Amino acid sequence: MNFFRRLVCTARRRSPWLFHMNSGSCNGCDIELIASLSPRYDAEQLGVQLQGSPRHADILCVSGPVTRNAAGAIETVYKQVPCPKAVIAIGSCPATTNVFIDSPTLDGPLDRHIPVDVFVPGCPPRPDAIIRGIAQAAAIVAERRRTAEGSGCTTEVEA
Amino acid sequence: MTQTIALSASTDALLRLLVFPGLLFAVPCAWFLVWLERKAVARMQQRIGPPFMQPFYDFVKLMSKAWPRREGLSGAIMSFWPLLAVASAAGAVGLLPVLPNSGGFAGDLILLLALLEMPSMCLVAAGFSSRSVFAEIGSVREAILSVSYNVVFLLALVSIAASQHSFRIEALAQSSASPLRWLGVAAILVCLSGKLHLNPFSLSNAEQEIYAGPLTEYMGPELALWELAHGLEWVAATGLVATLVVPHFGPAWLPPLLFVAAIAIIVLLLAFVAAATARLAIDTSVRFYSRCALVFAAIALVSALWIGGKL
Repeated sequence: MNFFRRLVCTARRRSPWLFHMNSGSCNGCDIELIASLSPRYDAEQLGVQLQGSPRHADILCVSGPVTRNAAGAIETVYKQVPCPKAVIAIGSCPATTNVFIDSPTLDGPLDRHIPVDVFVPGCPPRPDAIIRGIAQAAAIVAERRRTAEGSGCTTEVEA
Repeated sequence: MTQTIALSASTDALLRLLVFPGLLFAVPCAWFLVWLERKAVARMQQRIGPPFMQPFYDFVKLMSKAWPRREGLSGAIMSFWPLLAVASAAGAVGLLPVLPNSGGFAGDLILLLALLEMPSMCLVAAGFSSRSVFAEIGSVREAILSVSYNVVFLLALVSIAASQHSFRIEALAQSSASPLRWLGVAAILVCLSGKLHLNPFSLSNAEQEIYAGPLTEYMGPELALWELAHGLEWVAATGLVATLVVPHFGPAWLPPLLFVAAIAIIVLLLAFVAAATARLAIDTSVRFYSRCALVFAAIALVSALWIGGKL
């Protein structure tokens, strides 16, 4: 049993699949996230893959200060990611709403809506910092239990 | 006496399905091919690429993810498709004559073609049964593409079979390669990009564009089975070409080695095409197969039927 537990931990740590969600970002952080997968930084060495569907992802990457339109969508997408999962807030916007603070169109920061595991500050953060954040989030996912009692981790499917 | 023969035949069939060249050999081989394709694409883009164990880690991780039960019959049907896809892809690999004189039966090429087609049909059905809009778009694309490349694929294989007057894979593998055979093999290679959803024919699972295509709603262990089925499809499809190309000679350990070397070369070729091209739209893909490849395959078939006997 211990062997399987360790194998699963290693596999989760070495295969973080991302789903990227823009919640009103200026596109600066989105470009940096793509740059971290490009030939110069090559996050695929760590097993990172950008997935098209939140159902396939382990880590939800959110950029942007969470506009009022995006708030509901973020909660929906978070519930669609299967457990165990982690959330990375990319850039200063989801952490603090940055320069858009006090804007009437915002409903941020991100941790008012979903629990955030790793903050990667910067405006925008460098790709190195994003890759480090992904590695930290992957380590967090590796230690999490699939059916987390008390942690409130749920996955919803449409019947 | 007949009972013993029937028993040994069924044990033999089980061994082929489960051990060699079936699941026990095919699953590591599938992971190796998936890694090789990703690594080759990465190297061509001047990246370092994923580590060797990556497909294995992906599989274990997906198996360990949460898997919420879907309600009712539609949920059960949805879970059934990946199982059927894995089973038929493994059966297709089990039919390949990797070892010389490994038996087979008259007409096993037709069974192989049917089994090779099953994962694609399962994918179409899975997309529709998941009732996601993006999955349905992906399924429609997959169905249209499947119809267009399969005409070429079947014509090419029929031309090869007709030139040897046999639908037995073992007989095709042992006969010497003629110029006609190479024409057919080239037509099959053109179809493999479509069959394995690689660029430029990757429009059915066009990532980001229609989320994840037919698999959008699948997660956890079910998704792991889909990935496994895709890997086994790699082995079966490239293995079929390798069977037609690699001659059977030398000691008993040589043909399996040559087989693996040949499928690795085919994977590198497909990865090269995938890395060098962009995704085509559905009308362009269908036009490519109907105009270029179909003419190509039809020439192969006609020449096989008319002059094949004299060569």
